[in-house]
Amino acid sequence: MSELALDRQIDRSKMKVSDEVAIQISDMNKWYGSFHVLRDINLTVNQGERIVIAGPSGSGKSTLIRCLNALEEHQAGNILVDGTELSNDLKNIDKIRSEVGMVFQHFNLFPHLTILENCTLAPIWVRKTPKKEAEERAMHFLEKVKIPEQADKYPGQLSGGQQQRVAIARSLCMMPRIMLFDEPTSALDPEMIKEVLDTMIELAEEGMTMLCVTHEMGFARQVANRVIFMDAGQIVEQNEPEEFFNNPQSERTKLFLSQILGH
Amino acid sequence: MSDISFVRTEMLPQKDPPASAVGVVGWMRANLFSGWFNSILTLVALYFVIQLLMGLFHWAWVPTWSAASLPECRDIFEQLGRTGHNAGACWGVIAERWPQLLFGFYPNGTEEGTVDQRWRPILAFVLLAVALAPILYSDRVSGKLIYFSGAYPFIMPWLLWGGTIWTPVAVALGFVVGFVVYKWLLKSTSELIALIVGVVSAVLWWMFAASLLSSGLASIMPLALEPVQSRAFGGFMLSITIGVVAIGLSLPIGIVLALGRQSDLLIVKTLCVCFIEFIRGVPLITLLFVASTLLNIFMPPGTNFDIIMRVFIMVTLFASAYMAEVIRGGLAALPTGQYEGADSLGLNYWQAQRLIIMPQALKISIPGIVSTFIGVFKDTTLVSVIGLFDPLNLTNAIRADADWNGLVWELYGFIAFLFFVFCFGMSRYSMYLERKLQTGHR
Ligand SMILES: Nc1ncnc2c1ncn2[C@@H]1O[C@H](COP(=O)(O)OP(=O)(O)OP(=O)(O)O)[C@@H](O)[C@H]1O
Ligand SMILES: [Mg+2]
Repeated sequence: MSELALDRQIDRSKMKVSDEVAIQISDMNKWYGSFHVLRDINLTVNQGERIVIAGPSGSGKSTLIRCLNALEEHQAGNILVDGTELSNDLKNIDKIRSEVGMVFQHFNLFPHLTILENCTLAPIWVRKTPKKEAEERAMHFLEKVKIPEQADKYPGQLSGGQQQRVAIARSLCMMPRIMLFDEPTSALDPEMIKEVLDTMIELAEEGMTMLCVTHEMGFARQVANRVIFMDAGQIVEQNEPEEFFNNPQSERTKLFLSQILGH
Repeated sequence: MSDISFVRTEMLPQKDPPASAVGVVGWMRANLFSGWFNSILTLVALYFVIQLLMGLFHWAWVPTWSAASLPECRDIFEQLGRTGHNAGACWGVIAERWPQLLFGFYPNGTEEGTVDQRWRPILAFVLLAVALAPILYSDRVSGKLIYFSGAYPFIMPWLLWGGTIWTPVAVALGFVVGFVVYKWLLKSTSELIALIVGVVSAVLWWMFAASLLSSGLASIMPLALEPVQSRAFGGFMLSITIGVVAIGLSLPIGIVLALGRQSDLLIVKTLCVCFIEFIRGVPLITLLFVASTLLNIFMPPGTNFDIIMRVFIMVTLFASAYMAEVIRGGLAALPTGQYEGADSLGLNYWQAQRLIIMPQALKISIPGIVSTFIGVFKDTTLVSVIGLFDPLNLTNAIRADADWNGLVWELYGFIAFLFFVFCFGMSRYSMYLERKLQTGHR
């Protein structure tokens, strides 16, 4: 995959990394049956960081970020999200999930609800926001992702890029402090990738804490403040994007970068 | 300039398609006479259909509606010059006996000292239509009617069986008690504990308080309908009553069973699987026999557990097991992304089920659900084997009458026709619903 040229100026004024810890993962391990998918993961993410996670297929990137909102259960180690420990306590899990937004590769919109209903459902039922207020907020975020005119359509009537932007708006309606993205653009055609990336850049410009699994190295270079390279269930290398791309240390990273950027 | 170069200078306007491709002619061409083989098939099929319809018409179109017995019908045929075994239909039997086929032995005022009570089942079924309206046509009728739908399960038994009005009121209060306890506990404990205590308190209410309350209130304010025994129930009224109860209860029970079968809790899952597999592995007739004979053995001596109530339970359980499997199919067809989407937004299990999973799973399962409904409704005729007078069993009773001995087609045809009307209605409704719920995705 080639680098995507981002044709806009990126406003870094609000992209401030604070000292406040958003996510702390310590000695986290996960198995699928007897298969050791995640091995001794240690990672601290501060409020306001934009982290891109890269790595070959099957390296455990999705599994890692799915552990952060308990879509997958980890078997050893600790995960602290906003100071709340992710344990088996359902109350904690529901609390963390409502604080952490997630965007999936295949959007996972609810096809039986309109775009507006998709966006207001969780605020109304989880946050107990009054319907009117939830709708106003949903329209605000739909405007932000530039599709307010589609509010009354169903997801099946939208293009892939539009659906993904709705999915982002749906997460934002919960006012999350952290956003997780699992390959948000890999199911999209090139021209739609750009509209989704634009939305993500805007989010970053507003200071959102973001963890993105993505193959968009242009995005990683220009928006991320840290790139993490994973292989075989481990964090192999992490660095600032400039250093990471220009001066990779590990052999595995070099190989991966030459495959993904080379040619 | 090369000679393959071409530039259009004038755009073509839209033209109508040729007459042979549209309209009746076009349709017949495409669907009936496309090629000589299809044309022959069409003609042959047409011949047989016309023969059949003419034969049926010849048989059915006879002036026998006022005949009082089979011999009288035969006289009419003789005057018409018709002979043979199937000279024509003897409609007198329907004209005379249709009230019985519809109401069984429900009090009709012919016996000494009784009043015609048949307005009660009629009212019950009219109200049924009213109660169903907000459920079936939620977008066309006022949402307030749904409260009436909620009350209907208590109104219907009272209308049909009669007795004091306070019994259904006391039973309904049990639900209120359970709900209040649940809501109250929800503030202080977990959802599961609140649910269990709520159910238990409702059951305790029904076992101990309900009958006291209803008899107490009945002595203060006696509001009652003439009681009617279950023995008197029969005909289509019986079929519809059993069908409505089984259909109405099997859907929620089936949903719970299907969810239980997918549950992570091993005990819940095992119980649900055992129940579903056992019920599906046993013929309904066996269950009905168990209901009519064996169940008494397990009951404390002297208790008289109403036979129709037992049939309700058995048919409902039977239908629920099938329903659970149909709904499980719908659940399996949902991509896991839907669960993940709901989870990632922080919806809890029940919210996710109610708002995201079930609406889609049920929609996928509509054809299967309606097939099960239709099957259950037709299976209600099996209650004849345990001596209840459903329409089929009534035909035996009618043919035992010397006047009508030897009639088959008229009675069965009439019954088949009524069943067909109901089942076809359900089938059409399901197609309407599927179209309505179509939201433009595959
Ligand atoms: N539910 C599961 N059960 C068993 N193994 C699984 C399961 N999900 C993923 N795996 C395995 O875990 C490993 C990591 O999977 P994961 O989806 O996290 O990879 P990934 O880095 O996201 O890859 P990709 O770039 O292809 O999305 C893979 O080897 C995969 O086969
Ligand atoms: Mg992945």
